[in-house]
Amino acid sequence: MTQPALQMSDVRKVYSMADNEVVALDHATLTVGADEIIALVGPSGSGKTTLCSIAGGILSATEGSIAVGGEEITDYGDKELTTFRQNKVGFVFQSVNLVPFLNARENLLVVDELGRREGKPARDRADRLLDELGLADRAKNLPSQLSGGQKQRVAIGRALMNEPELVLFDEPTSALDTELGQQVMELIRSEMKSRGTAAIVVTHDERITSYCDRTVHITDGVLNAD
Amino acid sequence: MKLALRELVRKPGRFVTATVILTLIAVLLMFLGGLLDGLLRLSTGAIRAQSADAIVYSESSQSSFLRSRIEADDRAAIEAADGVDEVGGLGVVLLGARVPGNGPRDLANVAVWGYELPPTGVPEPPAPGEAYADELLQADGVEVGQELLIGPARTPITVVGWVTDTAYNGSGGLWADLDTWREALAQNRPDAVLADDVVQALVISGPGDPAEVVAAADAANEGTYALTVDDAISAIPGVDEQSGTFNQILGVTVVIALVVIALFFALLTVERTALYGVLKAIGARSRTIFGGLVVQAAAVTLIASAIAGVLVVVLDLLIPPGSIPLYVSVGRIVLSVVLLLIAAVIGSAFSLRRVLRVDPASALGN
Ligand SMILES: Nc1ncnc2c1ncn2[C@@H]1O[C@H](COP(=O)(O)OP(=O)(O)OP(=O)(O)O)[C@@H](O)[C@H]1O
Ligand SMILES: [Mg+2]
Repeated sequence: MTQPALQMSDVRKVYSMADNEVVALDHATLTVGADEIIALVGPSGSGKTTLCSIAGGILSATEGSIAVGGEEITDYGDKELTTFRQNKVGFVFQSVNLVPFLNARENLLVVDELGRREGKPARDRADRLLDELGLADRAKNLPSQLSGGQKQRVAIGRALMNEPELVLFDEPTSALDTELGQQVMELIRSEMKSRGTAAIVVTHDERITSYCDRTVHITDGVLNAD
Repeated sequence: MKLALRELVRKPGRFVTATVILTLIAVLLMFLGGLLDGLLRLSTGAIRAQSADAIVYSESSQSSFLRSRIEADDRAAIEAADGVDEVGGLGVVLLGARVPGNGPRDLANVAVWGYELPPTGVPEPPAPGEAYADELLQADGVEVGQELLIGPARTPITVVGWVTDTAYNGSGGLWADLDTWREALAQNRPDAVLADDVVQALVISGPGDPAEVVAAADAANEGTYALTVDDAISAIPGVDEQSGTFNQILGVTVVIALVVIALFFALLTVERTALYGVLKAIGARSRTIFGGLVVQAAAVTLIASAIAGVLVVVLDLLIPPGSIPLYVSVGRIVLSVVLLLIAAVIGSAFSLRRVLRVDPASALGN
């Protein structure tokens, strides 16, 4: 039996500031199956981004344990987390964050250039992804020459470049209109399912959840499944 | 690295300011360096050209040729020394020369040398009354075949050929045999007349290295001392002071380049914090990001240096010969570029801490 893509147990995240503490995640326990797509729904400030960041090795948890694809990352230091991010996870950030002076194709390739340096296989993968994402004829365009939906698709391609076990989508459709949002969600679902890759899709939008296998709600840092 | 170079190519505007400032600094560095080289060439050429190992001066000369006197018995003692093979007399007198075709007050500064052992690039001593002239004197209108009238006594010396880089004390060399020099000295400096067998200095060579030759000559004779050619060069009045002063200015210039690069890339790093956050979030190591920064600093420096190199070469061509002692050489330009590159690497290193501190979590910005 394959390892779950994500196993979080009793994770707490406390942001300490000068005079107070914010508990952004409180004893969060979540298992994401190897090819499962989970919708993470909750109000603003409820801890969605925090959960994704911890699952993706960008933030360290205050307490609890995290394993991605069977790899226990709970006690990883900065270096190990960097390698982990290079190989195991993909991110689509809440704000798109493409490299402004690189064209669509180069924005995908930068993942390889900064990480595994595979060269030719990575270039082939980038071309295939651009094709699947309907961006083949936009490959040479800079982000400033792309529409919002196209940028979002480039960001999705970038998240898939390292063949991750888990992709974290932080509100991938919030900047798009309803129709475009649904197209992007359809694309995300087909990309994930064709690869058998697991995903967490953060959203405010209940309509989006129909593209996911399961919905998890979060309120004030506390998870509760449907 | 590819990322860094792409940014340079695609967003050149971002680097223009730094490139312009660094170009100006590089021009300054190369120009001042060229000036120093030119000044040193003008004051040291004749000594640098000596192919001997060492130069012998009399005890009280303070390494000045004009104050130095080597008598025949000094010479005999040094010639007899073990460790000294070749000995040649050397003397100089600095005078103004009348050049045919120039106005009566338009004198060329010449250093009339009497020599026996030819310096590098100078033929064997010519016939009495003749001399090889340093190319520097071309700027004064000197031509081969001309008879120059030397000093107030108008001693005639005929130019029979050219030699290069043999200037001394800012004056172009006229390389003649010992008798011609002695005559020019006697006629124009009656206070400094030397007997026929007296010279100002000796150039000596031996089988050992220069320090051994110096030791052999010093051991062989009281009343004289020897200096290696390198020591003799720095004993020329003003040479060390000139080099020292210029090198301090050049050093300060390099430090300014370093500060400019440090400030510029620190600023750029601050501007790019968000981008670096994203890159780190998708797996970039700090090392890779910092490497890109150094590559950009080095590239900007190289571009600035290339422009500056061309500018200085053009400047050198535009400056009329003999007006400014600018001497542009590949060695000086390469040295300047190397110094600037070192400054670039050290300067960009000031951004290292900032790069290390960029948190990948900053990519999460809502
Ligand atoms: N770096 C931080 N320092 C301090 N507090 C933080 C930090 N990041 C997030 N928080 C706090 O933690 C809580 C959860 O934040 P998080 O960004 O995870 O919410 P979210 O569910 O993603 O919200 P949104 O839907 O607005 O993006 C919030 O109360 C927030 O103010
Ligand atoms: Mg969020």
